[in-house]
Amino acid sequence: MALDPSTVARIAELARIDVPEGERSRLALELSHILGWIEQLGEVDTDDVEPLRSVMAIERPWRPDVADDGERREDVLANAPKTHDGCFVVPRVIE
Amino acid sequence: MNELLGLSITQAAARLAAREISARELTLAHLDAMEAYRSLNAFITETPERALAMAEASDGRIGRGEAASLEGIPIGMKDLYCTADIPTTAGSRILAGFVPTYESTVSANLWDAGCVCLGKTNLDEFAMGSANVTSHHGHVTSPWTRAGDNAALVPGGSSGGSAAAVAARIAMAATGTDTGGSIRQPAAFTGIVGMKPTYGRCSRWGIVAFASSLDQAGPMTRTVADAALMLQAMAGFDSKDMTSADHEVPDWSGLLKADVRGLRIGIPKEYRVDAMPEEIERLWQRGAEWLRAAGAELVEVSLPHTRYALPTYYIIAPAEASSNLARYDGMRFGLREEAEDLTRTYMRSRAEGFGAEVQRRVLIGTYVLSAGYYDAYYVKAQKVRRRIAEDFSAVFERVDALLTPTAPSAPFRIGEKMDDPVAMYLNDVFTVPSSLAGLPGISVPAGLDGQGLPLGLQVLGRAWDEQTVLDVALALEEAAGFATLPYGLGEAP
Amino acid sequence: MSYRIAGGTGEWEIVVGLEVHAQVTTASKLFSGASTAFGGEPNTHVALLDAGLPGMLPVLNARAVEQAVTTGLGLDAQINLLSTFERKNYFYPDLPLGYQISQYQEPIVGRGALLLDLPDGGTKSVGITRLHLEADAGKSLHDRLADETLIDLNRCGVALMEIVSEPEIASPEEAVLYMRKLRTILRYLGTCDGDMEKGNLRCDANVSVRRVGERTLGTRCEIKNLNSMRFVARAIDHEARRQVDLIEAGGAVVQETRLFDSERGETRSMRSKEEAHDYRYFPDPDLLPVQLTQDYVDRLKASLPELPDTKRLRFMADYGLSAQDADALVAERATADYFEVTAKGRDAKLAANWVLNDLFGQLAASGRTIEQSPVAPAQLGALLDLIAEGTISGKIARDVFAAMAVDGGDPAAIVEAKGLRQVSDTSALEPIVDRLIEDNPAQVESCRKNPKAIGWFTGQVMKATGGKANPQLVGRLLAAKLPRAE
Repeated sequence: MALDPSTVARIAELARIDVPEGERSRLALELSHILGWIEQLGEVDTDDVEPLRSVMAIERPWRPDVADDGERREDVLANAPKTHDGCFVVPRVIE
Repeated sequence: MNELLGLSITQAAARLAAREISARELTLAHLDAMEAYRSLNAFITETPERALAMAEASDGRIGRGEAASLEGIPIGMKDLYCTADIPTTAGSRILAGFVPTYESTVSANLWDAGCVCLGKTNLDEFAMGSANVTSHHGHVTSPWTRAGDNAALVPGGSSGGSAAAVAARIAMAATGTDTGGSIRQPAAFTGIVGMKPTYGRCSRWGIVAFASSLDQAGPMTRTVADAALMLQAMAGFDSKDMTSADHEVPDWSGLLKADVRGLRIGIPKEYRVDAMPEEIERLWQRGAEWLRAAGAELVEVSLPHTRYALPTYYIIAPAEASSNLARYDGMRFGLREEAEDLTRTYMRSRAEGFGAEVQRRVLIGTYVLSAGYYDAYYVKAQKVRRRIAEDFSAVFERVDALLTPTAPSAPFRIGEKMDDPVAMYLNDVFTVPSSLAGLPGISVPAGLDGQGLPLGLQVLGRAWDEQTVLDVALALEEAAGFATLPYGLGEAP
Repeated sequence: MSYRIAGGTGEWEIVVGLEVHAQVTTASKLFSGASTAFGGEPNTHVALLDAGLPGMLPVLNARAVEQAVTTGLGLDAQINLLSTFERKNYFYPDLPLGYQISQYQEPIVGRGALLLDLPDGGTKSVGITRLHLEADAGKSLHDRLADETLIDLNRCGVALMEIVSEPEIASPEEAVLYMRKLRTILRYLGTCDGDMEKGNLRCDANVSVRRVGERTLGTRCEIKNLNSMRFVARAIDHEARRQVDLIEAGGAVVQETRLFDSERGETRSMRSKEEAHDYRYFPDPDLLPVQLTQDYVDRLKASLPELPDTKRLRFMADYGLSAQDADALVAERATADYFEVTAKGRDAKLAANWVLNDLFGQLAASGRTIEQSPVAPAQLGALLDLIAEGTISGKIARDVFAAMAVDGGDPAAIVEAKGLRQVSDTSALEPIVDRLIEDNPAQVESCRKNPKAIGWFTGQVMKATGGKANPQLVGRLLAAKLPRAE
């Protein structure tokens, strides 16, 4: 699968990473190279194979419904770039 | 070299218990070494004051007869483990200034066991790399050099700082994390022992996630016995991690024995890859001979999907990473690059905060999960992953452990393999398959190549059977008698 | 119930499907131990996971799973023994992880059905497509700072059930009936409190229109976040008319997300959300698939309460109530329970009347819920007993009830204290009757012509006794002493 620079722009937007226009062609080649290498997976016959989601057995205990966390706003906000009145401050969100 | 730096944990523990040395002395010796070898760039954050305070507390507990299993042992903590009140960077600029208020479960377990924190070790950014050249805090230099050549070599990655620190005798042990080989490959490159336990053995809570279905914590030490001791302290069920297993942690250390009589050891034929140096092939054969001589039965086995493991890994790991790294958005912690609006702030923060390799993997991961490609890439990879896991299950019906080389090459120069990401990815060709299957594995230093660089052998075992892995590793260790110090370490400090 | 929009070119019908978000009743969040309590100082009900801090992991709340399965069973739906949590990836400041943990390809509950009780007494079944669990997002506060937005994560991670209906709702009224019925069932099950004011129950409506007789579905628009029954009806109605006008004017409906502006009573496009979404769903590797056993499901099924549809039929069959009265009584489980205690061993129709008229009137006037009623059901029952025994008349009973509603207390004691006991003694009533006949010959005379004139005497006896005379006894005495109509 050869990626073109516009596809790089699209996935970079999805991933919220600014990739300057000048770098898209180089990145497109690089990613295409990796994807081309990955595509040898096509050789493997996977008909009737269930996707493996976890190497673990599924029987994990769930959490009892007890409110025993939270009430730690100092920890929550400790590393925030900007706060106001106990809230995180972020650039204006336009609805 | 201060003779205290040459001790294994087992030896140091005995001398601490006998009050021949104090934890403070032991820690001071290592702090001196840390300073002397600062040029290796093995640590991102050094915590000498904390180390001394912890060492003194350890001396107090030893004095009161309350010593825990690793009391007074100075270690390095990979800077992927969140440590309360100590900056945690994951080797990334995006976590600049981030100081957790919480302690990861595994690091907390180690402090509870009496370990002394020397500092946070360098690593590839977000553990993405095989040479420790992607850290925002600079590359790590291996304490090893080629005979007659001073060119700086990579320590392997991503746990390169931990590997270098343990190999250089700065730390008696260090923690690593292994997603596709990030403990075992740097251990092999630096002539130390590195172990990845079964997926689910150690809690992932509080460790910065790279690829959740693969990440496992593990120890890096200079001996197999030390690895058993460390892992024992690190492992255990944690109700805060749903992928942590409620399996009893055996007394690996107490049960450890070099006895491999009657064990069947598999030699997977698919691990003879093209372009692998003959020296590695020879070392592998020698390893097999050692085990045979010790009474094991060697069997050639087949893991037919081995060659598909790396491409599978390079779909699954970036896919998970692309999502795991979404939280690094500059909103609640870490780097924020203000721009004209919210979207641009996101994009600038992440472009400035993530290095090239992380960006590459996040983009690959985003792409393989995106509409129209999910089935072709991600679901396909999960199916092949099952095939790979089934290969191992089938083989482990016939053998008790597998013996393979750890890496397909000796350590290389810093700057090599940089132009082709795929060439770099191939470093993990022998470690990734077992990661995909969640199996335990260990790398043991087994010899030197013609240029005097260490080479490692890998032992893989059944899920939850770390004991056999450790036993076989111990047999190899005894047979190999690997005791070489990295070139140049003899003189200082 | 046929709803038609008369357009300039003919008649149109609408097709509506609802996606309801119901907050699951739990003490802690879906994946963290932070409290779900409403309100609270910003960012106080927040665990480190909810803030998306590095290394934090989700752990599934067992109660939330139980509540989702219980709801599925209450909707007569298929329970999927294996379901999966997936990550829905998108960036938004109220979504700290950068993904919402939700269920996508394998929801915990599959197909079910909801029975609407139509005003004409009939019913209509609306299919439930699926129910899945997901974590709520935090809250963005836009109006506190001039150029920036504040983020409060108290709600972030609270467990929601998304309940999706088939596009089988044919009018704004049916949509409201659907919401009401769903709310009733959720409240019966105790899996969601249905409090729309707090946002604990809200819905998105997918609306499309087509010409009457047309089979294929038109292009739909999704109206987001309707948080009252009234808005559900108004938004759907407005949106349907907008679409008809658009098509008839030669335009075409664009599939998009719209917002209902309750002040202007219209929907408008949320263009900012129109960028091509690509959520990159994949199974959350931090959470293993949810595996249930049939035994687990069976145990929850066995502990289901009686649901409104069953209860309604039983009330009609066992108590002989009308469909209308039964509907009104089963709408809230607390009302139904109140009624049953009141009616036990008594005249059920009378009990129903008292609950629906007197009690409801009193509660409405005092702004109380039935749980807060000052009159306990046993006390209302005791009041009915006094009527049945002839101790008081139905009319006096209303006065006693009014007293009970103010001060509470035992009706018999109130009757005694206020001297309201019914006069059923012939020797006490006979002289009153005799004197009335003696003093009013003209009225007596009119009884010969008009049998209804007897009512005048009844009224006078009641007046003279302060309403306490036993009406049956008065009737008998008057009938015996007054001349019969010819």
